[in-house]
Amino acid sequence: MSQLIEEKNSTPVIKCESVYKIFGNNAQRLLENSNGQVDAKTFQESGCIVGVNNASFDVMKGEMMVVMGLSGSGKSTLLRCISRLTEATSGNIFIDGEDLLSMNNKQLIELRRNKMGMVFQSFALLPHKTVIENIAFPLQIKGMTTQDSMSKALEMVELVGLKGRENYFPRELSGGQQQRVGIARSLAVEPDIWFLDEPFSALDPLIRKEMQDEFLRLQGVLNKTIMFVTHDFDEALRLADKIAIMKDGIIEQLDTPDNIVLNPATEYVKKFTEDVPREKVLKIESIMDPYDSNNSGSKQVSKDAIIETLAESILNSKEVLTVIDNKNQIVGSLNPSKVIKVIFGK
Amino acid sequence: MLTDLKNSRSKQFLLLFISFLLLYFFVPEDENSLLWRLPPLLKGIPLLINNFLDNLMFKWFTIPIWDPDWQMYEDKPLFRLITRSISDFLLFLIIFIREIFLGGLQTIGSLTGDSLKAYKWVYLPALPWTAVVIGLFILGYKLKGIGLALIASLGFFYVSIFGQWEPTMETLSLVLVTAPICFVLGLFFGILGYLNKKVETSLQPILNVAQTMPHFSYLVPILVLFGIGDHAGAVATIIFATPPMIRLTILGLKKISPEVVESGLMSGCNRFQLLFKVLIPTARRDILIGVNQVIMQCLAMTTIAAFIGAKGLGFNLKVALNGLKIGKAAEIGICVVIIAVVLDKLSLAWANKQKDYFANLNFYQRNKAFIFFVILTIILAIIAYFSAFFFDKGFNYLYLIPFNKGLTIAPILDAGIDWIWETFFYYLNAFNKFLITYVLFVMRDAYLGMPVISTFVLVMGAGYIIGGIRSCLIVGALILFIALSEYWNRALITAYMATFAVGISAILGIVVGSICARNEIAAKFILSVCDFFQTFPSFIYLIPVILLFGITDTSVMIAAIAYATVPATRYTVEGLRSVPPALQDAGSMSGVSNLQRLISIEFPLAFPHIMLGINQTVIFALFMVILGALIGTEDLGQIIMGCLSRPNGAGIGLTLGIFVSFICLAVDNLIRTWADERKKLLGLN
Ligand SMILES: Nc1ncnc2c1ncn2[C@@H]1O[C@H](COP(=O)(O)OP(=O)(O)OP(=O)(O)O)[C@@H](O)[C@H]1O
Ligand SMILES: [Mg+2]
Repeated sequence: MSQLIEEKNSTPVIKCESVYKIFGNNAQRLLENSNGQVDAKTFQESGCIVGVNNASFDVMKGEMMVVMGLSGSGKSTLLRCISRLTEATSGNIFIDGEDLLSMNNKQLIELRRNKMGMVFQSFALLPHKTVIENIAFPLQIKGMTTQDSMSKALEMVELVGLKGRENYFPRELSGGQQQRVGIARSLAVEPDIWFLDEPFSALDPLIRKEMQDEFLRLQGVLNKTIMFVTHDFDEALRLADKIAIMKDGIIEQLDTPDNIVLNPATEYVKKFTEDVPREKVLKIESIMDPYDSNNSGSKQVSKDAIIETLAESILNSKEVLTVIDNKNQIVGSLNPSKVIKVIFGK
Repeated sequence: MLTDLKNSRSKQFLLLFISFLLLYFFVPEDENSLLWRLPPLLKGIPLLINNFLDNLMFKWFTIPIWDPDWQMYEDKPLFRLITRSISDFLLFLIIFIREIFLGGLQTIGSLTGDSLKAYKWVYLPALPWTAVVIGLFILGYKLKGIGLALIASLGFFYVSIFGQWEPTMETLSLVLVTAPICFVLGLFFGILGYLNKKVETSLQPILNVAQTMPHFSYLVPILVLFGIGDHAGAVATIIFATPPMIRLTILGLKKISPEVVESGLMSGCNRFQLLFKVLIPTARRDILIGVNQVIMQCLAMTTIAAFIGAKGLGFNLKVALNGLKIGKAAEIGICVVIIAVVLDKLSLAWANKQKDYFANLNFYQRNKAFIFFVILTIILAIIAYFSAFFFDKGFNYLYLIPFNKGLTIAPILDAGIDWIWETFFYYLNAFNKFLITYVLFVMRDAYLGMPVISTFVLVMGAGYIIGGIRSCLIVGALILFIALSEYWNRALITAYMATFAVGISAILGIVVGSICARNEIAAKFILSVCDFFQTFPSFIYLIPVILLFGITDTSVMIAAIAYATVPATRYTVEGLRSVPPALQDAGSMSGVSNLQRLISIEFPLAFPHIMLGINQTVIFALFMVILGALIGTEDLGQIIMGCLSRPNGAGIGLTLGIFVSFICLAVDNLIRTWADERKKLLGLN
């Protein structure tokens, strides 16, 4: 029994194997001729645009993968392939181990009705429906009665903090409020997988911050498997378990936030991370030294703390600190000079 | 030199014009020369069409039908049976609605057999006119408020007390039957076109021709297929008014952002749910604007359908115009305008009304207005019933004011016209004579003296310069059709009148438009004036001009100019107002004067949009010139009109209608290509 659960946990919720998406009339033929070696330039010359180029990755249950990259790098296309809003040109995609690309329309509709939720950049609310009707819409499409769908939708309204505005129309709401409706709508069916395509980029910075906090709070409660597209590195760092950085359809690097900042795989990734204040990303763990009992003070810090949050007290303490993990075991020591180096030097 | 030519469009046009002039002056007038006129190779087309229709109606696919009168089977052609049943169906609906407004029991009788009619006591009364007026008041109030309520009810009040109630209700019944049919058909084909690219591409040319064919040319083949009467008028109206609905439906659906569609898909909609729960409700507003268009087009066409026997205001108008009773005609014209305005305002208010989801109303609250209406109707009916005893001579004025028994201002109008004639006769006549002898006839002769080769060089050359070989060939082919028919000279006359009208309208429209666009209030004002003038049917424009200039070409020209100036003005104002304010400010900051700013910044940016206005102007002007046949012109329109009373007119009428449509399409192709290219160059989209 436990074995079975183990196995189930180890199948990734989303699994992509060399997924390609190429726009254009003779994309299929060109791709077959190229033996998997797709070059955006040569394809462009023959009238095709490369959207996604050989993407392979797994997303495990409860994990949040953030996809980043410049405009036109194929982030949305990747998401749309996985939700099958566009058909991938080649490759395999598995959702909970099931082959997505071989599903028929009926299965696909079932999958979307029960397992997937999506939040759109431009909100994409139905203009003729009120807040509550918008949220209840996917439930009603599923065949739920008006009564049930409304009470469920009301729960969602409360969850995203829009109580009292159930009967507003989308045009009567601010951008942030509209996006809350979008979020509530995508959550109403209690999906396992949650796609968010730049959900906050149409919002102004203050509301964006607020929405991110809200989002983190929700994720803390719900613990869903998430693919999240954003342009904003700070946002990515705040949210991600792992980050994929895309360029011209290729995933240049797929790694944890600190690894991306500390060890960028390519020039492109490096450019991306250059301006990121490291103390905001890195955890104590990434700059600690092996534990040396001779040379350690009594003060303790957690290895999972972000450097920025402790910087002031560390710098004030002048002595070497002891680093502990979440079970209070000592795992290393930390020299304040390292913190200075992270903040001020390269 | 050559590269210079390649880069400068104005030089190309200059060269084209010079070659045109050379050909014009050096090709001799010689009926046998191919350079002068092409032989009428396509002469047979009208005959072919006639034969085709004939076959369709009388020979194709006959099936034996039991004839109860003769007690035997009779072979009847299928197509005729179909058109017959369509006619019967439409007629039934029209009469049914008519009987609601005007009384009678034909429709009930047709359902129950004649048995009911035998009883004297069965008499189905109409709604008293007072009830209809009150009903419009309530409707207007519910849709928008007291303003609309007053407009709607006072408008119909006027119609009633001026004794036009019967013809108005006849016209209205046609509109009320055809508009919903157009709506359903338009929505259906629009959705089909949206869902299926192939359907859309095959619909597009049909829509283009249908929307540029003059009204009259529809009428002739319909006459053949459906006979004469209200049902034929309804068919013509449906064919005329459905295309804009299809267009607007496709447009509205296409405007929906792809993310909304995707959000529907991600909610797990199947195709059906996506269409009816996401797409159509989201495009609601555009679709409702389509409904407004449909109603207006229906009204316009029902007046013209008088020529194939549709009853109503159009018919009375036609009679009055034929008898040169200008005062009477003006009175009817005013009614048409009033109805047009009321229908326009009501349907727009309905389109813009948002559904109220908040209210949790009970049955009474939701249907308050309707209940109110029913109660008032009953009260008014009772009053009308008793008032019958007060009026002598058998007319019950509180029930229905009979035709020609109401007030009339016709004598006053006639006296006014006489006065105008007497006072200004000298000036009007002098102007009229001058225009005809020194401008119009000169221009007409110049057009008729144009060798066919120079026409082609001009048109195809323009096509080549603007849109390359593709436009050149399209335009050439469209014109070739006409050149190969017997009617080239007529087409030239039509073209001359249209050119004259378009020239003046464009200048007027652009000047007035740019003056008014300077100022927010003036712009709003002029746009609402345009709205107003666009509401009423083109027919109406002829009344005041006949009044001033009698039955001459001048009248037609002035009506055409008045009608065609509307789109030119509207598009100029819209184009100029849509120039981004940032650019205007940038211009002001670099110290240009107002005029410089207009010429160097605003005009170039607004140019593509203004060109689309000119495109409309051409179509409007052509329509009015053809309609001018009513007054008596000698162009294509006259022949099309003539076809209505000819036994074999269908072929010719249809062919000529298509010719006019081809002229429109050729112009449309040139202007649109040009405007699109400019738009791309300017980075507008
Ligand atoms: N339907 C389509 N047809 C043709 N090309 C497309 C289509 N959709 C996207 N593309 C192209 O695919 C590439 C990737 O587009 P995509 O929308 O995935 O970029 P993105 O990373 O999401 O950019 P952004 O940050 O601007 O949203 C772009 O070059 C785009 O032009
Ligand atoms: Mg995107």
